[in-house]
Amino acid sequence: MNWSYIQKVLPLYEKAALLTVRIGLLGILFAVLVGLLCSAVRQLKIPVLRSVVSAYIELSRNTPLLIQLFFIYYGLPKIGIRTSAEACGIAGLAFLGGSYMAEAFRSGLEAVGKIQHESAVSLGLTGLQAFRYVILPQAFAISIPGIMANVIFLLKETSVFSAISLMDLMFTAKDQIGLYYNTTECLALLVAFYLVILLPVSLLGSLLERRARHAEFGG
Amino acid sequence: MAEPVLTIEHLTKEYDGQTVLKDVSLQVHEGEVIVIVGPSGSGKSTLLRCINALEDIQGGEIRLRGQKITAGAKNLPQIRQKIGMVFQSYELFPHLTVMNNILLAPMKAQKRAKEEVQAEAMALLTRVGLADKADSLPRQLSGGQKQRVAIVRALCMHPEILLFDEVTAALDPEMVREVLEVILQLAENKRTMLIVTHEMPFARAVADRIILLDDGRIQDDTDPEEFFESPKTELAKRFLQSFEYTRTRKSDD
Repeated sequence: MNWSYIQKVLPLYEKAALLTVRIGLLGILFAVLVGLLCSAVRQLKIPVLRSVVSAYIELSRNTPLLIQLFFIYYGLPKIGIRTSAEACGIAGLAFLGGSYMAEAFRSGLEAVGKIQHESAVSLGLTGLQAFRYVILPQAFAISIPGIMANVIFLLKETSVFSAISLMDLMFTAKDQIGLYYNTTECLALLVAFYLVILLPVSLLGSLLERRARHAEFGG
Repeated sequence: MAEPVLTIEHLTKEYDGQTVLKDVSLQVHEGEVIVIVGPSGSGKSTLLRCINALEDIQGGEIRLRGQKITAGAKNLPQIRQKIGMVFQSYELFPHLTVMNNILLAPMKAQKRAKEEVQAEAMALLTRVGLADKADSLPRQLSGGQKQRVAIVRALCMHPEILLFDEVTAALDPEMVREVLEVILQLAENKRTMLIVTHEMPFARAVADRIILLDDGRIQDDTDPEEFFESPKTELAKRFLQSFEYTRTRKSDD
């Protein structure tokens, strides 16, 4: 292992890691929003939009992220929309992640039995109150493992961003290997950086899981 | 006689083209305890669920103190506040403590002050012997304890009528009594109640009137003494026989 090389190249990796984290987190944030939107459409059974959501979910889940990225990166300029590679990366992640998040939310909502809703409205709560105080907190707690698995999955998926010339961790490693042939060092650094990013996320996930099982309703 | 608390007129309920309740009419008066019995699938639970508009109905009318109960109507949450329902499977909210389970609806639906409801909840919990469980989560309780909490939760809304849907059917036998005794106490306090149960000795003890439901129709409507001692209808006789056990022994050779 060439330690002096590692020391020299470390700042490059740090910069790349920040890019990975930034695009990853923004992409995930939008994925959650898309997922919530899809869940709302499904939950409220809005006609037409419901079919659009189903079509989107199938399309998004059954095509590789790389191809989705190419469509966004090379396709959007063709219809006159010019954006940065970074914006394309975020959009790609949101497109892929939105469907995964929607499915995680759905599994949570479906796991809370219909009779819990009946029990809540029997007490005189409105449908909205029942959803907010009884269904949602339970559904959310059940969804957390799925959501966290998606977060980790999406952060790892950022490694395909190198294909649209975003200088993320993967891009930097490949670049360095091409320049100096320090394959061992570069791959070791790559693994180390992904672990540094993802391990805390995993830990946070299990912490959230334990916390979310109890809820209050303030006031 | 005074205006009934609950009036059901010519109620018809259909499920996928199958008629589950046929022309059911029933009046429940203040302080009256009516027990509904009948074979499984006779429509007992469906009848209770219709009263709370958890099922939509295909014919007839249900009124609580003159107010019509309609599924999907705007005033439904207000009417439901006056109808307490206890389910077979307890249906406590698993993410809330016992106290918060009880507080939720009085605070959010009735907008009552926390301190006031809390004091009342504590008094009721004490009465059912669960004062020390206020801060427990439902999963830390036994089935019988959960069901007693569910009853307290319903009582805290000050309902005009209580509906009990086979509330001991999911309980281990040794816990049945602790729940039924709470309901007996409520009967002594002149609570208006509609009770679906398979516990015949309890039905006899608690009921002012017994209603036999079979095949979606009211087949018998009488006082418990007569129902259990000298059932008039063939159906009632057969139904009561289904609770008796006899063993035919071969005589010794």
